[in-house]
Amino acid sequence: MAGSMKEIKLRIKSVESTMQITKAMELVASSKLRRAKERVEQSRPYFETLYQTLYDIAAANTDFTSPYMARREIKKTCYIVIAGDRGLAGGYNSNMFKAVAADSQDRDFCVLPIGKKAVEHFQYHGAEILTDRFAVVGDVSVSDSFDIARLVCEKFLAGNFDEIKIGFTQFVSMLTQTATVLQVLPFDAPQPKRGEGRPTQILYEPSGEEVFNAIIPEYLAGVIYGTVCESVASELGARRTAMDSATKNATEMIDNLNLYYNRARQAAITQEITEIVAGAGE
Amino acid sequence: MATFPLKIMTPDGVAFEGEAVRLVCRTMTGDLAILAHHSDYCTALGMGDAHVVLEDGTVRHAACMGGMLSMMNGECHLLATTFEWADQIDKARAEASKARAEAALAQKNLDDRELQLAQARLKRALVRTSVAK
Repeated sequence: MAGSMKEIKLRIKSVESTMQITKAMELVASSKLRRAKERVEQSRPYFETLYQTLYDIAAANTDFTSPYMARREIKKTCYIVIAGDRGLAGGYNSNMFKAVAADSQDRDFCVLPIGKKAVEHFQYHGAEILTDRFAVVGDVSVSDSFDIARLVCEKFLAGNFDEIKIGFTQFVSMLTQTATVLQVLPFDAPQPKRGEGRPTQILYEPSGEEVFNAIIPEYLAGVIYGTVCESVASELGARRTAMDSATKNATEMIDNLNLYYNRARQAAITQEITEIVAGAGE
Repeated sequence: MATFPLKIMTPDGVAFEGEAVRLVCRTMTGDLAILAHHSDYCTALGMGDAHVVLEDGTVRHAACMGGMLSMMNGECHLLATTFEWADQIDKARAEASKARAEAALAQKNLDDRELQLAQARLKRALVRTSVAK
């Protein structure tokens, strides 16, 4: 009995120290989450206006052709996959990879992974990787997203692939994050409706097409930066939830173990008393 | 002077929001000034000095790089890749970056990509130092 008591005591101690770690991770994630959310909110107006302008140009001009809008036969797709640098974030990373795998089924594709876990995952599965320079998602800055955008735009125009999609995790709320695959190029222009399309009154300089072509890489960089911000926030959200439930589970375990420990202790005492009583009776 | 609402946005947040008398910035094709009651207009930006003249006559200079400018229904939006007010520019960093880029360009055996990167860096550094003065 004494042996099992000691075992239980040790077990409680180890669970307690794990709980301390998960609790600390939860706190760290929630304080970082606040900052990440601010970053998402700050970057939003920029991209919304950018997108709106592109959309307007594309919608108002029916007669211009841009290589970024032309629909080609899709032979190869490029996925920009944003995942986390670290694990212990519930299903965050695996949900992302599952979404990409579902989308890329039966297709020829290459990947530009952002985040250490994404790089590892695609290396392990032997996917074609464009570059693994952006392995740390936490460090991706605005200028890095411009680098990425320039790189993929060049390759897109050169015909290395015919479609660019971004896999990222949308930050819906503190508790819900959804893995999403979003198409960015060719630019999905609204189909101009015949008849009701009013002639554009906006003056484009030097021309709508040139403005459009100049803005597209900016837009792409914008989308990348925006989705990175969003994914980082999602990762922290997912980690916070995962760590919260881990802490809860640990508390439950400790309660159970305490119960066992007390039972074992009681049993030991009872046995001792029985032994003494039996000895005195003789 | 008549004013118009101006909003300057970058991926890092909103750099300016308010009324302005005049906005001057460098576009793809050359310098451009926007005054109130400009017609609807849209263009892509280049790299260079930008300045905003406020209602009370103060002029604020900034280094503005890349992005676009749109004037819609009397409201002006400037979306820049980077937009730094003259007083926020880290002069020492810009000088260091300039020196680094010059050193890189001095080497002869650069490939195209490195050359482009160094040129872009030099250009950015030059814009920054000239605005910060």
